[in-house]
Amino acid sequence: MSVNYGSKRIVTGAGYGFRDWLAQRVTGALMALFTIALLVQVLFTSGPIGYEQWAGIFAGQCMKFLTFGVIIALLYHVWVGMRDIWMDYIKPVGVRLVLHVFTLVWLVGCAGWAVQALWRL
Amino acid sequence: MTELARKRPEFRNINALQDLPTYRLPVAGWVSILHRVSGLLMFILMPLIIWMFDNSITSEISFAKFSAAFNVGLGFVPGWFMKLVALALIWGYLHHFIAGLRHLYMDVCHAVTKEFGKSSAIVTLVLSLGLTAALGAKLFGLY
Repeated sequence: MSVNYGSKRIVTGAGYGFRDWLAQRVTGALMALFTIALLVQVLFTSGPIGYEQWAGIFAGQCMKFLTFGVIIALLYHVWVGMRDIWMDYIKPVGVRLVLHVFTLVWLVGCAGWAVQALWRL
Repeated sequence: MTELARKRPEFRNINALQDLPTYRLPVAGWVSILHRVSGLLMFILMPLIIWMFDNSITSEISFAKFSAAFNVGLGFVPGWFMKLVALALIWGYLHHFIAGLRHLYMDVCHAVTKEFGKSSAIVTLVLSLGLTAALGAKLFGLY
């Protein structure tokens, strides 16, 4: 239909924050459910929890599936939160850009490490 | 009305050094800023969290190393300090979680009155600080 990409892209309108706002809510809700699921597993383990019981929780494929989902959800959730913090308090654009890059590197690195740990089992 | 409006103090361009220490934040305001602070705290300590996760599930030996960090210490950091950091993380997670649920509840149920803001904020603080105290006592071996 009408050309609305590249140099002809019209960058006015509304609802730019909606996706990230909703994503933060949805990822938060998903992580809350995971927390409860994990807590239930921990609380219903009879006796003291040693390595066997704790690692055993994360050994099954189902739990690995869910934990990986949570790691990705956390990535997006934290990015939106930290981006908001930088946006609110750091006015100079150059400094903010550096902090955004640092945040992304920090988050991606942490996510990679967590996935590596999860799949070592 | 206009006379009262002229007499009321106006706050523009909040000066961090002059205004922030003197302004009385309502309960809901405390919950809100602590929500941000707890998020930031967990972000900064994320590598530590991943380190704890990694060592706790990789092997018996690494699990022992993870446990030892909170008794004997890690490098030059004593065990009790590691426990304090863990307590900070426990508070951070609990507050962020409960304040987050409060946000979700207000979004879904449109519970946006000033009164609900105050009451739910008090509940948030009582629950999060209470659970932090209970888990902290367990962590430091009080029961």
